[in-house]
Amino acid sequence: MEELLSTFVRSIFVDNMIFAYYLGMCSFLAVSKNVKTALGLGVAVTFILVCTLPINYLLENYVLKEGALAWMGAEYAEVNLSFLSFIIFIAIIASFTQLVEMVVERFAPALYASLGIFLPLIAVNCAILGGSLFMQQKAFPNVGVATVYGLGSGIGWMLAIVGMAAVREKLTYSDIPKPLRGLGITFIITGLMGIGFMCFSGLKI
Amino acid sequence: MLGPLNKNNPVIIQMLGICSALAVTSKLEPAIVMGLSVTVVVAFANVIISLIRNTIPNRIRIIVQLVVVAALVTVVSEFLKAYAFDVNKQLSVFVGLIITNCILMGRLEAFALGNGPWASFLDGIGNGLGYGLILVIIGFFRELFGSGSLLGIQVIPQAVYDFGYVNNGLVILPPMALFVVAVIIWVHRSRNKELQES
Repeated sequence: MEELLSTFVRSIFVDNMIFAYYLGMCSFLAVSKNVKTALGLGVAVTFILVCTLPINYLLENYVLKEGALAWMGAEYAEVNLSFLSFIIFIAIIASFTQLVEMVVERFAPALYASLGIFLPLIAVNCAILGGSLFMQQKAFPNVGVATVYGLGSGIGWMLAIVGMAAVREKLTYSDIPKPLRGLGITFIITGLMGIGFMCFSGLKI
Repeated sequence: MLGPLNKNNPVIIQMLGICSALAVTSKLEPAIVMGLSVTVVVAFANVIISLIRNTIPNRIRIIVQLVVVAALVTVVSEFLKAYAFDVNKQLSVFVGLIITNCILMGRLEAFALGNGPWASFLDGIGNGLGYGLILVIIGFFRELFGSGSLLGIQVIPQAVYDFGYVNNGLVILPPMALFVVAVIIWVHRSRNKELQES
């Protein structure tokens, strides 16, 4: 239980996808212009992370890893398919995004309309694939921890993008040097927020 | 082909591929390796997609592109593991993340789907180099001020340290990369006034 809790808190604050690893920066910069769409995208990213991480975890441990195929019989125990992991992970993520898109379109047309183009683009959000690759690197003990890690990373990402959108809404009224307007000042603010998040780095539960 | 190096740079103008540009640049060497890997992958992915662009059904084109890119990245990753293991360790998950690097999807969607193989190849090389250029600039400053070395060789002489100079540890940390990019954008836009946002 403590492990679940500490993974959860760590993945939100300490290993924050944006401020510690810069994952999902592209959509972070492009979509953080107002709070409402930012929140919608954040929820969608969290949802996909929570869905794909357990699936990829099971695939990694029962199909791809060295010796993972041992359950099929002794002659498969030597097989190491880990070089296939990029293709498998991205295929799972892309098809899952497509699936979610179709389900949302069918059962929640209002949400679908408000998310618009962002839903299909989640497939190429680095944060999602990054979550799976970190999961592979960190070798979590069981599928529960992996799921909680996905949930935490998603929430951390959402926190960052919503905060950024709120700051940018206020920025419209400030007097910024001309060459820094738009992209430049956004980078600086992200950096400042990142320094703020660094104070969590000693956090232990 | 030279446009992406300056006026149409993928990182600071088109806002593509920022994730990896920031994460791998705390030292110069991984920055160079990353720039080269991305250039190779973009160029060949562009050629392949451009060759099969008329046969891909429109609805599933993102998945097709992802599979092509993922296959190329797997090759690059195995190559790095074999010939540059230390750098591969430093790059960790970011080699795999070339797959979702926005430069790839951006160029495939915007260019390779509508142009012939040779033009796409040049476009890929140009954008890859433009991306590499920014990476090298960031990596240069971060390694110089953060570790006092370049490519692992000590540049700032010991005598300076004896006078009380200290490496700036903040430059190695993630947030500083963002500031460096902001300064690059600032300089670039002051020189090219037409790019400024109102």
